[in-house]
Amino acid sequence: MKVSKCDPRLAKSLIEQYGGADGELAAALRYLNQRFTIPDKIIGLLTDIGTEEFAHLEMIATMVYKLTKDATVEQMEVAGLGGHLADHGFDLYYHNAAGNPFTVTYVTAKGDPIANLYEDIAAEEKARATYQWLIDMTDDVDIQDGLRFLREREVIHAIRFREAVELLKGFQEEKKVF
Amino acid sequence: MDSQWRTYTPYSSPLDPCPPRPKAYIVPPNQYVVFQPRGLRQFAPREALKRGTLWPELYSPYEYGGRGGGRR
Repeated sequence: MKVSKCDPRLAKSLIEQYGGADGELAAALRYLNQRFTIPDKIIGLLTDIGTEEFAHLEMIATMVYKLTKDATVEQMEVAGLGGHLADHGFDLYYHNAAGNPFTVTYVTAKGDPIANLYEDIAAEEKARATYQWLIDMTDDVDIQDGLRFLREREVIHAIRFREAVELLKGFQEEKKVF
Repeated sequence: MDSQWRTYTPYSSPLDPCPPRPKAYIVPPNQYVVFQPRGLRQFAPREALKRGTLWPELYSPYEYGGRGGGRR
């Protein structure tokens, strides 16, 4: 991940995608949990996308780290990260942009494949919207590049989940004749 | 089984602790009707009031034991 300037203020917003409701951690846990009880032909999709979300989590982590690692205590305070510094120093933490800690209630599992996939589609659209706000908030072209990539992945994941819904709608177990 | 139900059988290992049971989920008509067409068939008013919709095409029955055998 290329980051071209120290910008703790952006880091404060970017952390939303790390430990926020529509962030990469929530997405990864949501998909890798739902995968167990989804019909067989969708398991692979949830496994793949869930794993990919962990890679995205690592990208966000790297960006946040680089945006803050050489900031001074004063810069952190001016960026509104005084509270973060008091609690976590320069460590990353799973919380949203407002400082609320990550909670499992961000992960949904309804026991119904259709309901779960609609939740997943909604999550992708919300993450896309988040990335758009984040891109609007920075003039760092390298960060923008990374965020644009992540935004595009949300678009693609939403398509894949919609395909999964279509598969579930049409799905009827083949009668095996011996 | 009603045509709104879909059934599937997940992989079952010989080492699984319980005998395999069929799995099913329901796909209600709202999954297919994007814009509701005009002039659909209608239930009689009293029947419609009971079922929650005026149109048979939009009705999704959900019977007790629909997944096969009462309480799961």
